Amino acid sequence: MMRASRKRRLVIAGVLVTGVSVAVLLTLLALRENINLFYSPSQVVAGEVVEGSYFRIGGMVVDGSVRRNPDDLQVSFDLTDTAETVTVHYSGILPDLFREGQGIVALGRLEDHGFRADQVLAKHDENYMPPEVSEALKAANRQPYAPAATGGGS
Amino acid sequence: MAMRKPAQPTTSRSRAWRWFHRFGSPAYFYFFAGRWAPRFGHLAVAFFLAGLYFGLVVAPPDYQMGDSYRIIFIHVPSAWMSMFIYVVMAVSAGIGLVWRIKLSHAVARSCAPVGAAFTFCALVTGALWGKPTWGTYWIWDARLTSELVLLFLYVGYMALLAALDDWKTGSRAGAVLALVGLVNIPIIHYSVEWWNTLHQGATITKLGRPSIDIRMLVPLLIMFAAVNFYFLAAMLNRVRCELLDQERRTRWVQEVVNG
Repeated sequence: MMRASRKRRLVIAGVLVTGVSVAVLLTLLALRENINLFYSPSQVVAGEVVEGSYFRIGGMVVDGSVRRNPDDLQVSFDLTDTAETVTVHYSGILPDLFREGQGIVALGRLEDHGFRADQVLAKHDENYMPPEVSEALKAANRQPYAPAATGGGS
Repeated sequence: MAMRKPAQPTTSRSRAWRWFHRFGSPAYFYFFAGRWAPRFGHLAVAFFLAGLYFGLVVAPPDYQMGDSYRIIFIHVPSAWMSMFIYVVMAVSAGIGLVWRIKLSHAVARSCAPVGAAFTFCALVTGALWGKPTWGTYWIWDARLTSELVLLFLYVGYMALLAALDDWKTGSRAGAVLALVGLVNIPIIHYSVEWWNTLHQGATITKLGRPSIDIRMLVPLLIMFAAVNFYFLAAMLNRVRCELLDQERRTRWVQEVVNG
């Protein structure tokens, strides 16, 4: 029986997996912030974003903050992470899931009067329920679901 | 007992160990797989039909997404299988690498195309759902990117096997690649927690408050059973082919072929 060589191969395999894991872990730690898809309004207000850079901002649309221009597709709304708020301006068609209280991710750059977005994406949460359950939750006014649809219904 | 080497020093070994050895013999496994693959196949078809009926017809629409959420009945089981099959493949290849077991290599080689198909399915269904829900087919966030890397790992593993003419050399080289790629699995799973992503967090494995209505969860669990049975059926059939090819010079294969 090749007990010794078998043990050696087991050790090599173990070292391989451990070594690769450690290497990847260190790489991911080094890249930590860069892998995030978007900055939060707090990070933007704190000046963590390089000035003039093209980046994504993510947060929740503040209730009652959506202002549409009646003549064109101009829309502006406030984006919050509950700590800080940034005003976003956008011109175009918003995704179906865009509504107040909903999470969104916008791509664009900072201007004097707020964030000018070229693209707005809706972020879906991990909750799935039928409309009547959602209605019942709203009626009972004790929504345990974090970003529920408080703005217009579908 | 059709032991191939009756002279083995079995005195100090338990019955379980002997069973393990017999189970690992290609001839025994070939016939075992031949019995079980069709059964798993039939179960898969039955569960697929039931899951799709309950998922597409009986389950209620979602309060926000309407009917488009129904793609989760394909997407989530596919995504789960893409990771699960990779773990099975890597562990099996690793066992083959260390203990030089032919059957383990055969199982690992047979997992790859099935896993790659599920990964592809998860990526495509996710993109089709992403367009109406998020507003884009694709975004380079951590979850989507790491799942794409998983597809490349499967394809790379298969390419490596195909590139090396010798079955054993190919299996061992592939095993090293499979073990290296194993690190990607926890990254995929935890990507939505470690970084902020457009992809939402876990629904089913989340502890605490319910995130999915029971009428939606049941069809999803049925589909989970279906994809697992499908994997077993497809994988066992592929293992049979691998074993026949690898053992073609042995007597049992000659007997199988000549009837």
